[in-house]
This record gives sequence, C-alpha cells and structure tokens, in this order.
Amino acid sequence: MSQVPAIRVDALRKRFRTTQALDGVSLEIAQGEFFGLLGPNGAGKTTLISILAGLTRADAGHAAVMGHDVVRDYRAARRALGVVPQELVYDPFFNVRETLRIQSGYFGLRHNDAWIDEIMHHLDLTPHADKNTQSLSGGMKRRLLVAQALVHKPPVIVLDEPTAGVDVDLRRSLWEFISRLNREGHTVLLTTHYLEEAEALCGRIAMLKSGRVVALDDTKSLLQLTNEHCAQLRLDGDAVPAVWQGRLQRGADGSWVFNFGEYAELENLLADLRGAGIRVTEMQLQEPDLEDVFTDIMKRA
Amino acid sequence: MSGLSALFYKEMLRFWKVVVQTVVAPVVTALLYLLIFSQVLEEHVEVYPGVSYSAFLVPGLVMMSMLQNAFSNSSSSLIQSKMQGNIVFVLLPPLSYLEFFLAYLGAAVIRGLIVGLGVWAVTLWFAPWQAPHVGWLLAYALLACGIMGAIGIVAGIWAEKYDQLAAFQNFLILPLTFLSGVFYSIHSLPTFWQAVSHFNPVFYLIDGFRYAFVGHSDTDPWLGLLVAGACFVAISAVTLALLQRGYKLRH
Ligand SMILES: Nc1ncnc2c1ncn2[C@@H]1O[C@H](COP(=O)(O)OP(=O)(O)O)[C@@H](O)[C@H]1O
Ligand SMILES: [Mg+2]
Repeated sequence: MSQVPAIRVDALRKRFRTTQALDGVSLEIAQGEFFGLLGPNGAGKTTLISILAGLTRADAGHAAVMGHDVVRDYRAARRALGVVPQELVYDPFFNVRETLRIQSGYFGLRHNDAWIDEIMHHLDLTPHADKNTQSLSGGMKRRLLVAQALVHKPPVIVLDEPTAGVDVDLRRSLWEFISRLNREGHTVLLTTHYLEEAEALCGRIAMLKSGRVVALDDTKSLLQLTNEHCAQLRLDGDAVPAVWQGRLQRGADGSWVFNFGEYAELENLLADLRGAGIRVTEMQLQEPDLEDVFTDIMKRA
Repeated sequence: MSGLSALFYKEMLRFWKVVVQTVVAPVVTALLYLLIFSQVLEEHVEVYPGVSYSAFLVPGLVMMSMLQNAFSNSSSSLIQSKMQGNIVFVLLPPLSYLEFFLAYLGAAVIRGLIVGLGVWAVTLWFAPWQAPHVGWLLAYALLACGIMGAIGIVAGIWAEKYDQLAAFQNFLILPLTFLSGVFYSIHSLPTFWQAVSHFNPVFYLIDGFRYAFVGHSDTDPWLGLLVAGACFVAISAVTLALLQRGYKLRH
C-alpha cells in the first residue's frame, strides 16, 4: 500500500470578487518531498496555501493534508501542518518565549519547553528569548514565524516566501535548518521568488500562472525542458564565416553570443572557426537555469 | 492544556500586561463620576426612600464599568489582531469556533469583573458600605459581562478599521449605557421615555444589579434576569453562528 500523500489538492477553485485566484488546481505532494511552488505575483500561491491552512475556503474542489480533509477533518489537518505566513506578523504584547509557549498551547501542548529551546537554538533566537517581539529586526521576526510554525512538530511544513527581505546569512542558516528537517522526514512546500533557491533545494516544482498549474515536474526534468545553452565568445577577427552569420549575435562589447541546443552545434562552430583561421580568445558557457525555464514557461502559458 | 485554555490565558495575559490602561484607568474614571455627581446631587436627590444618592449611584457605576470593559476587551483584542495580522496565529491551530468564542468571552468577563470589583473597592471610601445580595449581584454581573463580551467579539470581527469600532462604541454602546439609569431612576423620566427605556436591555442589567445592593428597583429583578438571560442566549447564538461561518475571519 502506498503512503497517503502529504498534500493533495484536487480541482481547487477560488474566486475573489472579480479575480479567479485559483482556476482548477490539482497537485499531489508525497511525504518527504521538498516541493517548490513558483509563479509570478498574483499567481495564486498564497491562496492555495491559505486553503490548505483553513484560512480561506475554496469555492470548489478538495484539499487534504496527510489524508485529512482541511474542512471536514480540520483539526487533524491543521495539527499536521505548520505554516510560515508570507506577511511579517507578530503580536507586540508578548516576548519570543511567551509567543512560542502560547502557540504550543493552541495545539494542546503544555510541556513543550525542551522543543521550544531546541528550535530557538537552531534559529538563533535563544539570545532574544526575553525580547518583546516588537523590538525584533525583520529577519528575527521571520525566524520567530518559522519557530511558531514548528512548535507542534508538524509532518508538513509550508513556507510562503520565507526569505523575502532576509539577509544572506539568515537565508543560509534557515535553509540548513529546513533541509535538515526535510532529511528527518518532514515534507516541505516552499514558495519563493529566488529561483536559484528553488533550483538548489526542491526535488519537484510546480509553476502556477493565473491560478493554473502550467508546469509540474522534477527539477531536473524541468531544467532539461529548455536546452537553450549559451556561449559567449571573443574572436580575434571582426567577421565570422558566412554560414554562421545568422546564428551569432554581436554583443555591445564586441563579443559574440551563440545560442544552441546540442553541444554538437558548438563543436561544428568551433571547427568552422578554426578552418577559417579565426582564433577564439575567450569563451564562456552558460548552462540553462531555472530562471530561463521559468521565463520560457510563463511566456508560453 | 487544551487550545481553549491557551487562548484564554493569552487573552488574560494581554490585558494584564497593560493593566494601567485596562483596569486602573476605568476605575479612576468611575471614581471621577462618583465624586462629581455625588458632590452635586447628594443633597438634592433621593431616588428611593432612605437610600443616599451615592449609594444609588455606586452600583450603576460598577455595572457601567463592567459593561464597557467587557466589550472593550474582546473587541479591541480582535481588531488589533486583525489589523496587525497576527490573528492567523489563532486561525492556524486546530481551535474550534466554540473554543474561540469561550476564550474571548471568558477573558472579557474576567476583565469586566476585575474592573467592577476595582470600582466597587475604591467607591467604598466615598459611599456607605452596604452588604449586597450575592446571588443577584453575581447573576447580573456575569450576564452583563457575558452579553458585552459577546457583542465585543461580533464588533471586533465585523470592524475592519479602528474608527468603525469607535463608531460602534460611540453610537451604540455608550448611549445604551448612559441612557439606562446609571445616574437616575427612570421613574424620574417622562412616561414616554420610561416606556422607551424598557426596550433597552442595559436598563434591566443596571436596575437588577442595583437591586442587589439597595433592595429597590424600577422593575421586578426576576423579569430583568429573564431579559438579560434571553439577550445573552440570543447574542451568543449570533456570535457562534458568525464564528462557525468564519465571517470576516476565514475568507
Ligand atoms: N482576500 C483577497 N481578496 C481579494 N482578492 C484577493 C485576496 N487574496 C488574494 N486575492 C487575489 O487573488 C490573486 C492571487 O493572489 P495570491 O494567492 O496572493 O498570489 P501569490 O501569492 O501567488 O502572489 C491575486 O490577484 C490577488 O489580488
Ligand atoms: Mg503570495
């Protein structure tokens, strides 16, 4: 018997007055995955997460977390889910430790200090335990939100643009911690604007546009979608062989840009250049990255 | 600790952290009312035979403070959480709408009772001691705080900005409390306004609560209890229905 999916959404639709935020979204995320949800602003990522979390109600379709329907079986679904919201929110009445204790309490956990201490330690919050949340920096508030999402050790963790406006050091330590949780078996669903982050972390990726899934695949397979390699060349002459003139573009700095699919094309070009006695003085290769794929898919969809 | 007790604790801690604002300030306000009105009216007004004006006024002031503070506790907590966005902290966990209701209501009632007790305690210095009838006192105090705590939940959920909440308070809560016989007996009003007062539920709360102290009232305290009880049940039902639907909380 196969395991229940960590997250399952089925034909979800949601309309806000005139905006169709979700237009029939279906997804399945297996337990233990590190899954990326990408899409431009307004694509519906936060709406999808809000439906999973019970903050928003879908007009049609179903959503379940660890097999628990988010409406009918909301208690079990919410216990299985830890959400780091996109907005940088905090309660200015409390300090860091109080915030985490109270949040544990909402999940019915009374003696949770050992785990609270551990997450504070991993998120570098320990020195700030007694500080009022209002006095925390933006990055610190973000870490507190991550800590709050983890107080009940949820098997499924959802992070909605957790690194927006966060400095490089914090981003790295945050990803180390989240990756560790993922290795320990937690399922992670991530939305982010930093595509290199998604490329490095996520095993699978879905791309949303205007409330529809326009791509859904392994990160590796997605990267192969665009076999648009790019070579930047400097030559010691001013001209290229006539047959290649249409394929090479002259850059502003005098270099030549060559876009190609198969490496054989590059080999042919280099052979022809040598044959014509033109020397290559410099060459840079750019592999396709998620940014290219993303741009491509968004343009076509 | 169930989710309910954690939310209740958080609500209590919230107002206790700003106790000067939430308890001391309303007690001082009530004391000022007592000093001014009893100073001016003590010699001239005897509402019930053998009952001094201060003795008449104190229960009204205690009740008024409880009403306003119970309302204020739930409504301001909710609007602040909504404006700041931290309302998600209580929407993400597996709390039921009933737990949500009971926690906000419970804290509002406690805040109302603490302020009421504070007002009563300080006014003891300025008004003669009178042993109240504990049963009537508790029944009316709890119902009053319960009604206003629940209305506060509705107002806090409904309002999208602070000024909407202020309007709710200024155009509904304040007139209802001031025009309910805190400072006078409705028998001193023209017949028409006497009749109108009987449609104001707050009138019954103040009248019955005062009965617990002075043994006199404008209407039968049992009738008042019935009205107050019915109000509490009706408002709670409305509040629970809104919460269950996720009105303005879960879009
Ligand atoms: N509460 C709301 N009321 C009205 N429109 C909304 C609301 N939430 C989201 N939307 C709209 O739904 C669309 C999807 O928004 P969102 O899910 O936040 O996108 P993303 O997170 O991908 O940037 C947007 O057009 C947004 O304006
Ligand atoms: Mg978003």
